[in-house]
Amino acid sequence: MAYIEARGLRKTYGATIALDGIDLQVDEGRLVGLIGPNGAGKTTALNAIVGLTSYEGHLRVLGRDPWTQRDQLVRDVCFITDVAVLPRWMRVSQALDFVAGVHPRFDRAKAEAFLAKTMIRPASKVRELSKGMVTQLHLAIVMAIDGRLLVLDEPTLGLDLLFRKQFYDALLSEYLEQSRTVLVATHQVEEVQHVLTDLLFIDRGRIVFSRSMEEVESRYQEVLVHPDRLATARTLHPIAERQGVGHTILMFEGADRRQLAALGDVRTPSVADLFVAVMNSRQALPQGAAR
Amino acid sequence: MNDVEISAARRLYWSVRRELWENRAIYLAPLIVAALVLGGFGLSLFTLPDRMRAASALNPAELRTAIEQPYVIAAIVLMAVDLLVAVFYCVDALYGERRDRSILFWKSLPVSDLTTVLAKASIPVLVLPLVTLVATAVTQGIMLLASSAVLAANGMSTATLSAHRPFLEMSRINLGHILMLHGIWYAPFYAWLLLVSAWATRLPFLWAALPPVVIGIVERIAFNSTHFATLVGHLVGGPSRSPGDPGETASGMTMEMLAPHQLRDFLVSPGLWGGLVVTAMFLLAAVRLRRQRGAM
Repeated sequence: MAYIEARGLRKTYGATIALDGIDLQVDEGRLVGLIGPNGAGKTTALNAIVGLTSYEGHLRVLGRDPWTQRDQLVRDVCFITDVAVLPRWMRVSQALDFVAGVHPRFDRAKAEAFLAKTMIRPASKVRELSKGMVTQLHLAIVMAIDGRLLVLDEPTLGLDLLFRKQFYDALLSEYLEQSRTVLVATHQVEEVQHVLTDLLFIDRGRIVFSRSMEEVESRYQEVLVHPDRLATARTLHPIAERQGVGHTILMFEGADRRQLAALGDVRTPSVADLFVAVMNSRQALPQGAAR
Repeated sequence: MNDVEISAARRLYWSVRRELWENRAIYLAPLIVAALVLGGFGLSLFTLPDRMRAASALNPAELRTAIEQPYVIAAIVLMAVDLLVAVFYCVDALYGERRDRSILFWKSLPVSDLTTVLAKASIPVLVLPLVTLVATAVTQGIMLLASSAVLAANGMSTATLSAHRPFLEMSRINLGHILMLHGIWYAPFYAWLLLVSAWATRLPFLWAALPPVVIGIVERIAFNSTHFATLVGHLVGGPSRSPGDPGETASGMTMEMLAPHQLRDFLVSPGLWGGLVVTAMFLLAAVRLRRQRGAM
Protein backbone atom coordinates (compact mmCIF):
# COMPACT_ATOMS: atom_id res chain seq x y z
CA MET A 1 0.00 0.00 0.00
CA ALA A 2 1.24 3.46 -0.86
CA TYR A 3 1.64 5.59 2.27
CA ILE A 4 0.73 8.74 0.39
CA GLU A 5 -1.15 8.72 -2.88
CA ALA A 6 -2.25 11.92 -4.58
CA ARG A 7 -3.81 12.41 -8.00
CA GLY A 8 -4.76 15.81 -9.32
CA LEU A 9 -4.51 17.35 -5.85
CA ARG A 10 -5.65 20.96 -6.02
CA LYS A 11 -6.11 23.76 -3.55
CA THR A 12 -7.04 27.33 -4.25
CA TYR A 13 -7.34 30.31 -1.95
CA GLY A 14 -9.60 32.69 -3.82
CA ALA A 15 -7.78 33.51 -7.04
CA THR A 16 -4.49 32.08 -5.78
CA ILE A 17 -3.71 28.56 -6.89
CA ALA A 18 -1.65 26.94 -4.13
CA LEU A 19 -1.70 23.39 -5.50
CA ASP A 20 -2.21 22.94 -9.21
CA GLY A 21 -2.82 19.24 -9.69
CA ILE A 22 -0.22 17.31 -7.71
CA ASP A 23 0.41 13.67 -8.55
CA LEU A 24 2.44 11.85 -5.98
CA GLN A 25 3.14 8.43 -4.58
CA VAL A 26 5.23 7.74 -1.51
CA ASP A 27 5.77 4.17 -0.34
CA GLU A 28 6.79 2.75 3.00
CA GLY A 29 10.31 2.92 4.29
CA ARG A 30 11.21 6.08 2.39
CA LEU A 31 12.72 9.35 3.50
CA VAL A 32 11.42 11.87 1.03
CA GLY A 33 12.63 15.44 0.70
CA LEU A 34 10.15 18.00 -0.61
CA ILE A 35 12.04 20.99 -1.86
CA GLY A 36 10.75 24.13 -3.49
CA PRO A 37 11.08 27.90 -3.55
CA ASN A 38 9.05 30.08 -1.20
CA GLY A 39 5.38 30.06 -2.11
CA ALA A 40 5.68 26.90 -4.20
CA GLY A 41 2.97 25.12 -2.23
CA LYS A 42 5.09 22.97 0.12
CA THR A 43 3.22 23.86 3.27
CA THR A 44 -0.19 23.61 1.61
CA ALA A 45 0.69 20.16 0.30
CA LEU A 46 1.87 19.00 3.73
CA ASN A 47 -1.21 20.49 5.42
CA ALA A 48 -3.47 18.60 3.01
CA ILE A 49 -1.58 15.37 3.75
CA VAL A 50 -1.98 15.71 7.52
CA GLY A 51 -5.63 16.78 7.28
CA LEU A 52 -5.25 20.41 8.28
CA THR A 53 -6.73 21.76 5.09
CA SER A 54 -9.45 20.74 2.67
CA TYR A 55 -8.57 20.03 -0.95
CA GLU A 56 -9.89 18.98 -4.34
CA GLY A 57 -8.79 15.84 -6.13
CA HIS A 58 -7.76 12.44 -4.85
CA LEU A 59 -5.63 12.05 -1.75
CA ARG A 60 -5.13 9.00 0.44
CA VAL A 61 -2.74 8.83 3.36
CA LEU A 62 -2.29 5.35 4.87
CA GLY A 63 -5.44 4.46 2.94
CA ARG A 64 -7.51 7.22 4.52
CA ASP A 65 -8.93 10.52 3.41
CA PRO A 66 -7.02 12.96 5.61
CA TRP A 67 -9.76 15.59 5.65
CA THR A 68 -12.72 13.42 6.59
CA GLN A 69 -10.83 10.81 8.64
CA ARG A 70 -8.36 13.04 10.41
CA ASP A 71 -9.16 11.79 13.89
CA GLN A 72 -8.18 8.21 13.05
CA LEU A 73 -5.30 9.21 10.83
CA VAL A 74 -3.57 11.37 13.40
CA ARG A 75 -2.84 8.28 15.52
CA ASP A 76 -0.50 7.01 12.83
CA VAL A 77 0.76 10.28 11.43
CA CYS A 78 3.00 12.59 13.40
CA PHE A 79 3.75 16.00 12.11
CA ILE A 80 5.43 19.30 12.76
CA THR A 81 3.95 21.78 10.31
CA ASP A 82 5.58 24.74 11.94
CA VAL A 83 8.21 25.12 14.59
CA ALA A 84 7.52 27.38 17.55
CA VAL A 85 3.91 26.31 17.94
CA LEU A 86 4.31 24.73 21.36
CA PRO A 87 2.14 26.70 23.78
CA ARG A 88 4.31 29.18 25.59
CA TRP A 89 2.67 28.74 28.98
CA MET A 90 3.36 25.01 29.08
CA ARG A 91 6.02 23.36 31.16
CA VAL A 92 8.21 20.74 29.51
CA SER A 93 6.94 18.12 31.95
CA GLN A 94 3.34 19.12 31.21
CA ALA A 95 3.91 18.72 27.48
CA LEU A 96 5.20 15.18 28.12
CA ASP A 97 2.33 14.44 30.53
CA PHE A 98 -0.26 15.60 28.04
CA VAL A 99 1.12 13.72 25.04
CA ALA A 100 1.55 10.60 27.17
CA GLY A 101 -2.04 11.04 28.32
CA VAL A 102 -3.63 11.25 24.88
CA HIS A 103 -1.28 9.43 22.51
CA PRO A 104 -1.28 5.64 22.66
CA ARG A 105 2.03 5.37 20.82
CA PHE A 106 4.08 7.87 22.79
CA ASP A 107 7.15 6.51 24.55
CA ARG A 108 7.84 8.94 27.33
CA ALA A 109 11.18 7.39 28.30
CA LYS A 110 12.41 7.88 24.74
CA ALA A 111 11.44 11.55 24.73
CA GLU A 112 13.16 12.03 28.06
CA ALA A 113 16.29 10.38 26.70
CA PHE A 114 16.33 12.85 23.79
CA LEU A 115 15.82 15.76 26.17
CA ALA A 116 18.59 14.55 28.45
CA LYS A 117 21.04 15.31 25.63
CA THR A 118 19.87 18.93 25.58
CA MET A 119 19.91 21.85 28.00
CA ILE A 120 16.14 21.60 28.43
CA ARG A 121 14.97 21.03 32.01
CA PRO A 122 11.60 19.38 32.73
CA ALA A 123 10.46 22.23 34.97
CA SER A 124 11.16 24.93 32.37
CA LYS A 125 8.30 26.70 30.68
CA VAL A 126 8.31 26.85 26.91
CA ARG A 127 8.45 30.66 27.03
CA GLU A 128 11.73 30.43 28.94
CA LEU A 129 13.37 28.29 26.26
CA SER A 130 15.31 29.64 23.31
CA LYS A 131 13.84 29.22 19.84
CA GLY A 132 16.16 26.33 19.10
CA MET A 133 15.31 24.61 22.37
CA VAL A 134 11.58 24.81 21.60
CA THR A 135 12.28 23.06 18.33
CA GLN A 136 14.40 20.46 20.14
CA LEU A 137 11.54 19.80 22.53
CA HIS A 138 9.04 19.46 19.72
CA LEU A 139 11.31 17.09 17.81
CA ALA A 140 11.92 15.05 20.96
CA ILE A 141 8.17 14.61 21.41
CA VAL A 142 7.53 13.71 17.79
CA MET A 143 10.46 11.30 17.56
CA ALA A 144 9.16 9.42 20.59
CA ILE A 145 5.83 8.73 18.90
CA ASP A 146 5.75 5.37 17.20
CA GLY A 147 3.88 6.55 14.10
CA ARG A 148 4.00 5.21 10.57
CA LEU A 149 4.31 8.49 8.75
CA LEU A 150 6.25 11.49 9.96
CA VAL A 151 5.68 14.80 8.19
CA LEU A 152 8.05 17.66 8.92
CA ASP A 153 7.93 21.19 7.55
CA GLU A 154 11.26 22.96 8.00
CA PRO A 155 11.95 20.98 11.19
CA THR A 156 15.43 22.30 11.83
CA LEU A 157 14.72 26.00 11.43
CA GLY A 158 16.67 27.94 14.03
CA LEU A 159 18.74 25.00 15.22
CA ASP A 160 22.52 25.06 15.37
CA LEU A 161 24.60 22.87 13.09
CA LEU A 162 25.41 20.31 15.81
CA PHE A 163 21.81 19.65 16.70
CA ARG A 164 20.72 19.57 13.06
CA LYS A 165 23.30 16.88 12.41
CA GLN A 166 22.29 15.00 15.55
CA PHE A 167 18.63 15.19 14.55
CA TYR A 168 19.10 13.79 11.05
CA ASP A 169 21.38 11.08 12.40
CA ALA A 170 18.70 10.12 14.90
CA LEU A 171 16.08 10.22 12.18
CA LEU A 172 18.13 7.72 10.16
CA SER A 173 19.35 5.43 12.91
CA GLU A 174 16.45 5.40 15.33
CA TYR A 175 13.37 6.46 13.50
CA LEU A 176 13.44 5.29 9.95
CA GLU A 177 12.72 1.60 9.55
CA GLN A 178 10.88 -0.57 7.10
CA SER A 179 7.37 0.27 8.24
CA ARG A 180 7.90 4.00 8.48
CA THR A 181 8.12 6.85 6.06
CA VAL A 182 9.33 10.39 6.58
CA LEU A 183 8.35 13.33 4.41
CA VAL A 184 10.39 16.43 5.07
CA ALA A 185 10.16 19.86 3.48
CA THR A 186 13.22 22.01 3.92
CA HIS A 187 15.41 24.71 2.47
CA GLN A 188 18.54 23.29 4.04
CA VAL A 189 19.08 20.82 1.24
CA GLU A 190 22.80 20.25 1.79
CA GLU A 191 22.10 18.65 5.14
CA VAL A 192 19.35 16.31 4.06
CA GLN A 193 20.76 15.05 0.82
CA HIS A 194 22.76 12.26 2.44
CA VAL A 195 19.78 10.91 4.35
CA LEU A 196 17.09 11.15 1.67
CA THR A 197 15.96 8.19 -0.38
CA ASP A 198 13.73 10.26 -2.67
CA LEU A 199 13.67 13.77 -3.97
CA LEU A 200 10.65 15.89 -4.92
CA PHE A 201 10.86 19.40 -6.28
CA ILE A 202 7.74 21.51 -6.17
CA ASP A 203 7.23 24.72 -8.08
CA ARG A 204 4.13 26.86 -8.56
CA GLY A 205 1.85 24.20 -7.12
CA ARG A 206 3.18 21.31 -9.16
CA ILE A 207 5.65 18.51 -8.63
CA VAL A 208 8.28 19.26 -11.26
CA PHE A 209 10.86 16.66 -10.31
CA SER A 210 10.40 13.29 -8.68
CA ARG A 211 13.24 10.77 -8.52
CA SER A 212 14.85 8.40 -6.08
CA MET A 213 18.38 9.27 -5.01
CA GLU A 214 19.70 6.23 -6.92
CA GLU A 215 18.13 7.61 -10.07
CA VAL A 216 19.61 11.01 -9.38
CA GLU A 217 23.04 9.48 -8.99
CA SER A 218 22.84 7.46 -12.17
CA ARG A 219 21.16 10.10 -14.36
CA TYR A 220 22.82 13.34 -13.36
CA GLN A 221 26.48 14.18 -13.62
CA GLU A 222 28.50 17.24 -13.04
CA VAL A 223 31.76 17.75 -14.84
CA LEU A 224 34.52 20.16 -13.92
CA VAL A 225 35.58 21.31 -17.37
CA HIS A 226 38.84 23.08 -18.11
CA PRO A 227 38.37 26.23 -20.27
CA ASP A 228 40.17 24.48 -23.19
CA ARG A 229 37.49 21.82 -23.45
CA LEU A 230 34.48 24.03 -22.70
CA ALA A 231 33.35 24.39 -26.31
CA THR A 232 33.37 20.60 -26.83
CA ALA A 233 31.52 20.06 -23.58
CA ARG A 234 28.79 22.50 -24.53
CA THR A 235 27.95 20.47 -27.62
CA LEU A 236 26.72 17.67 -25.30
CA HIS A 237 23.74 19.82 -24.17
CA PRO A 238 24.44 20.53 -20.52
CA ILE A 239 21.32 21.38 -18.52
CA ALA A 240 23.18 23.91 -16.40
CA GLU A 241 26.44 25.72 -16.30
CA ARG A 242 28.20 27.67 -13.61
CA GLN A 243 31.61 29.07 -12.98
CA GLY A 244 34.08 27.41 -10.61
CA VAL A 245 37.63 28.43 -9.76
CA GLY A 246 39.75 27.71 -12.81
CA HIS A 247 37.06 25.61 -14.45
CA THR A 248 33.43 25.66 -15.52
CA ILE A 249 31.00 23.22 -13.95
CA LEU A 250 28.53 21.73 -16.39
CA MET A 251 25.61 19.54 -15.42
CA PHE A 252 24.33 16.80 -17.67
CA GLU A 253 21.27 14.64 -17.62
CA GLY A 254 21.48 11.08 -18.98
CA ALA A 255 24.81 11.68 -20.74
CA ASP A 256 27.36 8.98 -21.45
CA ARG A 257 29.63 8.76 -18.42
CA ARG A 258 32.76 7.81 -20.44
CA GLN A 259 32.24 10.72 -22.80
CA LEU A 260 32.00 13.04 -19.80
CA ALA A 261 35.09 11.57 -18.16
CA ALA A 262 37.13 12.72 -21.14
CA LEU A 263 36.10 16.32 -20.42
CA GLY A 264 37.18 16.49 -16.80
CA ASP A 265 36.40 15.23 -13.28
CA VAL A 266 32.91 13.72 -13.11
CA ARG A 267 30.88 13.79 -9.91
CA THR A 268 27.28 13.56 -8.74
CA PRO A 269 25.76 17.02 -8.41
CA SER A 270 24.61 18.18 -5.03
CA VAL A 271 20.86 18.39 -4.46
CA ALA A 272 21.22 22.14 -4.12
CA ASP A 273 22.87 22.48 -7.53
CA LEU A 274 20.37 20.11 -9.08
CA PHE A 275 17.53 22.13 -7.60
CA VAL A 276 18.93 25.38 -8.94
CA ALA A 277 19.41 23.80 -12.37
CA VAL A 278 15.85 22.46 -12.49
CA MET A 279 14.33 25.72 -11.28
CA ASN A 280 16.38 27.84 -13.70
CA SER A 281 15.43 25.66 -16.64
CA ARG A 282 11.77 26.12 -15.66
CA GLN A 283 12.11 29.85 -15.37
CA ALA A 284 13.45 29.89 -18.91
CA LEU A 285 10.14 28.39 -20.03
CA PRO A 286 7.33 30.80 -20.84
CA GLN A 287 4.73 31.09 -18.06
CA GLY A 288 2.08 29.14 -19.94
CA ALA A 289 4.39 26.21 -20.60
CA ALA A 290 5.58 26.16 -17.02
CA ARG A 291 2.05 25.81 -15.84
CA MET B 1 3.46 -1.47 17.46
CA ASN B 2 1.89 -1.25 20.86
CA ASP B 3 -1.75 -0.54 20.31
CA VAL B 4 -2.85 0.51 23.75
CA GLU B 5 -6.22 2.14 23.30
CA ILE B 6 -6.90 5.40 25.05
CA SER B 7 -10.54 5.96 25.86
CA ALA B 8 -12.43 9.09 24.89
CA ALA B 9 -13.01 9.83 28.57
CA ARG B 10 -9.28 9.81 29.20
CA ARG B 11 -8.63 12.19 26.33
CA LEU B 12 -11.33 14.46 27.72
CA TYR B 13 -9.76 14.29 31.18
CA TRP B 14 -6.36 15.34 29.88
CA SER B 15 -7.93 18.07 27.77
CA VAL B 16 -9.63 19.53 30.85
CA ARG B 17 -6.39 19.27 32.80
CA ARG B 18 -4.58 21.17 30.10
CA GLU B 19 -7.17 23.97 30.37
CA LEU B 20 -6.46 24.18 34.09
CA TRP B 21 -2.72 24.35 33.43
CA GLU B 22 -3.17 27.14 30.94
CA ASN B 23 -5.84 29.13 32.80
CA ARG B 24 -4.85 29.13 36.41
CA ALA B 25 -7.29 31.97 37.03
CA ILE B 26 -10.00 29.29 37.11
CA TYR B 27 -8.95 28.36 40.64
CA LEU B 28 -6.63 31.20 41.61
CA ALA B 29 -9.17 34.00 41.12
CA PRO B 30 -11.81 32.49 43.47
CA LEU B 31 -9.04 31.63 45.94
CA ILE B 32 -7.65 35.16 46.02
CA VAL B 33 -11.08 36.76 46.19
CA ALA B 34 -12.13 34.38 48.98
CA ALA B 35 -8.99 35.36 50.89
CA LEU B 36 -9.83 39.06 50.43
CA VAL B 37 -13.41 38.52 51.57
CA LEU B 38 -12.18 36.66 54.63
CA GLY B 39 -9.67 39.42 55.36
CA GLY B 40 -12.41 42.03 55.27
CA PHE B 41 -14.68 39.91 57.35
CA GLY B 42 -11.86 39.30 59.83
CA LEU B 43 -11.54 43.07 60.35
CA SER B 44 -15.26 43.38 60.91
CA LEU B 45 -15.09 40.78 63.65
CA PHE B 46 -13.57 43.33 66.03
CA THR B 47 -16.90 45.13 66.21
CA LEU B 48 -19.03 41.98 66.05
CA PRO B 49 -19.85 41.70 69.79
CA ASP B 50 -21.04 45.34 69.87
CA ARG B 51 -23.08 44.91 66.74
CA MET B 52 -24.67 41.73 68.09
CA ARG B 53 -25.63 43.53 71.31
CA ALA B 54 -27.18 46.33 69.28
CA ALA B 55 -28.90 43.83 67.00
CA SER B 56 -30.70 42.15 69.89
CA ALA B 57 -32.86 45.25 69.98
CA LEU B 58 -33.94 44.79 66.36
CA ASN B 59 -37.04 42.93 65.32
CA PRO B 60 -36.47 39.35 64.07
CA ALA B 61 -36.61 40.26 60.37
CA GLU B 62 -34.06 43.03 60.73
CA LEU B 63 -31.89 40.80 62.88
CA ARG B 64 -31.97 38.11 60.24
CA THR B 65 -30.95 40.56 57.50
CA ALA B 66 -28.13 41.97 59.62
CA ILE B 67 -26.71 38.54 60.34
CA GLU B 68 -27.16 37.24 56.80
CA GLN B 69 -25.64 40.18 55.03
CA PRO B 70 -21.91 39.31 55.12
CA TYR B 71 -22.61 35.73 54.02
CA VAL B 72 -24.77 36.85 51.11
CA ILE B 73 -22.16 39.40 50.07
CA ALA B 74 -19.42 36.76 50.17
CA ALA B 75 -21.49 34.44 47.98
CA ILE B 76 -22.39 37.21 45.51
CA VAL B 77 -18.79 38.33 45.18
CA LEU B 78 -17.57 34.79 44.50
CA MET B 79 -20.33 34.20 41.97
CA ALA B 80 -19.45 37.45 40.22
CA VAL B 81 -15.87 36.20 40.00
CA ASP B 82 -17.17 32.95 38.54
CA LEU B 83 -19.04 34.87 35.83
CA LEU B 84 -16.15 37.17 35.09
CA VAL B 85 -13.59 34.37 34.78
CA ALA B 86 -16.02 32.30 32.70
CA VAL B 87 -16.62 35.12 30.22
CA PHE B 88 -12.94 35.94 29.79
CA TYR B 89 -12.09 32.26 29.55
CA CYS B 90 -14.71 31.50 26.87
CA VAL B 91 -13.86 34.44 24.66
CA ASP B 92 -10.21 33.41 24.56
CA ALA B 93 -10.59 29.63 24.63
CA LEU B 94 -10.69 28.94 20.89
CA TYR B 95 -9.29 32.29 19.77
CA GLY B 96 -6.05 32.29 21.74
CA GLU B 97 -4.85 28.92 20.44
CA ARG B 98 -5.23 30.17 16.88
CA ARG B 99 -3.56 33.48 17.63
CA ASP B 100 -0.47 31.92 19.22
CA ARG B 101 -0.54 29.11 16.60
CA SER B 102 -0.43 26.41 19.30
CA ILE B 103 -3.51 24.92 17.61
CA LEU B 104 -1.04 23.37 15.15
CA PHE B 105 0.48 21.45 18.04
CA TRP B 106 -2.87 20.42 19.56
CA LYS B 107 -4.12 19.27 16.18
CA SER B 108 -1.07 17.07 15.70
CA LEU B 109 -2.23 14.95 18.63
CA PRO B 110 -5.06 12.42 18.53
CA VAL B 111 -7.62 14.58 20.30
CA SER B 112 -10.66 15.35 18.17
CA ASP B 113 -12.10 18.83 17.77
CA LEU B 114 -15.24 17.60 19.53
CA THR B 115 -13.27 16.46 22.60
CA THR B 116 -11.39 19.74 22.72
CA VAL B 117 -14.51 21.89 22.44
CA LEU B 118 -16.34 19.79 25.06
CA ALA B 119 -13.37 20.09 27.40
CA LYS B 120 -13.38 23.85 26.95
CA ALA B 121 -17.16 24.07 27.42
CA SER B 122 -16.92 22.04 30.62
CA ILE B 123 -14.83 24.77 32.26
CA PRO B 124 -17.61 27.41 32.57
CA VAL B 125 -20.44 24.88 32.77
CA LEU B 126 -18.99 22.45 35.29
CA VAL B 127 -15.53 23.23 36.61
CA LEU B 128 -15.96 26.91 37.48
CA PRO B 129 -19.34 26.38 39.25
CA LEU B 130 -17.81 23.54 41.29
CA VAL B 131 -14.79 25.65 42.20
CA THR B 132 -17.10 28.54 43.13
CA LEU B 133 -19.29 26.22 45.17
CA VAL B 134 -16.36 24.87 47.17
CA ALA B 135 -14.85 28.35 47.57
CA THR B 136 -18.17 29.74 48.79
CA ALA B 137 -18.80 26.87 51.20
CA VAL B 138 -15.31 27.09 52.65
CA THR B 139 -15.47 30.90 52.93
CA GLN B 140 -18.87 30.88 54.59
CA GLY B 141 -17.80 28.01 56.85
CA ILE B 142 -14.73 29.92 58.02
CA MET B 143 -16.82 33.06 58.51
CA LEU B 144 -19.30 31.15 60.64
CA LEU B 145 -16.60 29.48 62.74
CA ALA B 146 -14.73 32.77 63.24
CA SER B 147 -17.87 34.67 64.30
CA SER B 148 -18.87 31.89 66.67
CA ALA B 149 -15.40 31.87 68.18
CA VAL B 150 -15.43 35.65 68.67
CA LEU B 151 -18.89 35.58 70.24
CA ALA B 152 -17.99 32.69 72.50
CA ALA B 153 -14.79 34.43 73.58
CA ASN B 154 -16.90 37.45 74.56
CA GLY B 155 -19.19 35.23 76.55
CA MET B 156 -22.08 35.67 74.16
CA SER B 157 -24.41 33.03 72.83
CA THR B 158 -23.88 31.77 69.29
CA ALA B 159 -27.41 30.43 69.10
CA THR B 160 -28.85 33.42 67.20
CA LEU B 161 -26.10 33.11 64.66
CA SER B 162 -26.47 29.43 63.92
CA ALA B 163 -30.24 29.69 63.97
CA HIS B 164 -30.17 32.22 61.16
CA ARG B 165 -27.27 30.88 59.16
CA PRO B 166 -27.22 27.12 59.45
CA PHE B 167 -24.20 26.08 57.45
CA LEU B 168 -25.76 23.12 55.68
CA GLU B 169 -28.76 25.17 54.69
CA MET B 170 -26.51 27.83 53.18
CA SER B 171 -24.48 25.29 51.26
CA ARG B 172 -27.59 23.57 49.96
CA ILE B 173 -28.92 26.84 48.61
CA ASN B 174 -25.55 27.68 47.07
CA LEU B 175 -25.34 24.25 45.50
CA GLY B 176 -28.64 24.67 43.74
CA HIS B 177 -28.05 28.23 42.71
CA ILE B 178 -24.52 27.86 41.43
CA LEU B 179 -24.92 24.57 39.60
CA MET B 180 -28.32 25.32 38.10
CA LEU B 181 -27.95 28.97 37.25
CA HIS B 182 -24.24 29.47 36.68
CA GLY B 183 -23.70 26.07 35.13
CA ILE B 184 -26.73 24.91 33.23
CA TRP B 185 -28.85 28.03 32.76
CA TYR B 186 -25.97 30.11 31.46
CA ALA B 187 -24.70 27.32 29.16
CA PRO B 188 -26.11 28.84 25.92
CA PHE B 189 -24.44 32.12 26.79
CA TYR B 190 -21.06 30.41 27.26
CA ALA B 191 -21.57 28.33 24.12
CA TRP B 192 -22.18 31.53 22.16
CA LEU B 193 -18.94 33.00 23.47
CA LEU B 194 -17.07 29.81 22.51
CA LEU B 195 -18.58 29.94 19.04
CA VAL B 196 -17.46 33.53 18.54
CA SER B 197 -14.07 32.58 19.94
CA ALA B 198 -13.74 29.86 17.29
CA TRP B 199 -14.89 32.18 14.53
CA ALA B 200 -13.36 35.61 15.13
CA THR B 201 -10.03 36.45 13.54
CA ARG B 202 -9.73 39.51 15.76
CA LEU B 203 -11.64 41.37 18.47
CA PRO B 204 -13.63 38.38 19.75
CA PHE B 205 -15.14 40.44 22.58
CA LEU B 206 -16.62 42.91 20.16
CA TRP B 207 -18.01 40.18 17.94
CA ALA B 208 -19.54 38.45 20.94
CA ALA B 209 -21.34 41.59 22.11
CA LEU B 210 -22.24 43.14 18.77
CA PRO B 211 -24.85 40.74 17.33
CA PRO B 212 -27.12 40.75 20.40
CA VAL B 213 -27.00 44.55 20.57
CA VAL B 214 -27.63 44.93 16.84
CA ILE B 215 -30.51 42.43 16.87
CA GLY B 216 -32.07 44.24 19.82
CA ILE B 217 -31.81 47.64 18.14
CA VAL B 218 -33.01 46.41 14.73
CA GLU B 219 -35.98 44.69 16.33
CA ARG B 220 -36.84 47.80 18.25
CA ILE B 221 -36.67 50.00 15.14
CA ALA B 222 -38.29 47.58 12.71
CA PHE B 223 -41.07 46.14 14.85
CA ASN B 224 -41.03 48.45 17.85
CA SER B 225 -40.85 45.37 20.05
CA THR B 226 -38.31 44.11 22.54
CA HIS B 227 -38.74 40.34 22.41
CA PHE B 228 -35.08 39.69 21.86
CA ALA B 229 -33.98 42.05 24.62
CA THR B 230 -36.50 40.43 26.96
CA LEU B 231 -35.18 37.02 26.02
CA VAL B 232 -31.62 38.06 26.80
CA GLY B 233 -32.81 39.60 30.05
CA HIS B 234 -34.55 36.35 30.86
CA LEU B 235 -31.35 34.44 30.17
CA VAL B 236 -29.25 36.71 32.37
CA GLY B 237 -31.83 37.03 35.12
CA GLY B 238 -32.35 33.34 35.59
CA PRO B 239 -35.27 30.97 35.25
CA SER B 240 -37.51 32.47 37.93
CA ARG B 241 -37.72 35.69 36.00
CA SER B 242 -40.19 34.88 33.30
CA PRO B 243 -40.31 36.97 30.13
CA GLY B 244 -42.95 39.67 29.95
CA ASP B 245 -42.84 40.13 33.67
CA PRO B 246 -41.18 43.52 33.98
CA GLY B 247 -42.56 44.16 37.43
CA GLU B 248 -40.24 41.62 38.92
CA THR B 249 -37.06 43.08 40.34
CA ALA B 250 -33.64 41.54 40.38
CA SER B 251 -34.35 40.23 43.84
CA GLY B 252 -36.97 38.03 42.26
CA MET B 253 -34.07 35.93 41.08
CA THR B 254 -34.27 33.41 43.81
CA MET B 255 -31.40 31.66 45.47
CA GLU B 256 -33.68 28.86 46.55
CA MET B 257 -33.39 26.60 43.54
CA LEU B 258 -33.32 23.25 45.22
CA ALA B 259 -36.64 23.68 46.95
CA PRO B 260 -38.75 20.86 45.51
CA HIS B 261 -41.20 23.09 43.65
CA GLN B 262 -38.41 25.31 42.33
CA LEU B 263 -36.45 22.35 41.06
CA ARG B 264 -39.53 20.94 39.37
CA ASP B 265 -40.35 24.26 37.74
CA PHE B 266 -36.77 24.54 36.61
CA LEU B 267 -36.64 21.08 35.06
CA VAL B 268 -39.86 21.51 33.12
CA SER B 269 -39.22 25.08 32.01
CA PRO B 270 -39.05 25.39 28.22
CA GLY B 271 -36.30 27.95 28.71
CA LEU B 272 -33.99 25.31 30.13
CA TRP B 273 -34.49 22.78 27.36
CA GLY B 274 -34.57 25.37 24.60
CA GLY B 275 -31.33 26.73 26.02
CA LEU B 276 -29.70 23.32 26.04
CA VAL B 277 -30.64 22.74 22.40
CA VAL B 278 -29.16 26.12 21.49
CA THR B 279 -26.05 25.24 23.51
CA ALA B 280 -25.60 22.02 21.54
CA MET B 281 -26.01 23.85 18.23
CA PHE B 282 -23.51 26.55 19.14
CA LEU B 283 -20.98 23.99 20.35
CA LEU B 284 -21.30 21.86 17.21
CA ALA B 285 -20.79 24.97 15.10
CA ALA B 286 -17.69 25.73 17.18
CA VAL B 287 -16.40 22.19 16.55
CA ARG B 288 -16.83 22.66 12.80
CA LEU B 289 -15.13 26.03 12.86
CA ARG B 290 -12.18 24.72 14.85
CA ARG B 291 -11.75 22.01 12.26
CA GLN B 292 -11.80 24.40 9.32
CA ARG B 293 -9.96 27.37 10.73
CA GLY B 294 -6.26 26.99 11.11
CA ALA B 295 -3.75 29.17 12.83
CA MET B 296 -3.88 32.89 12.19
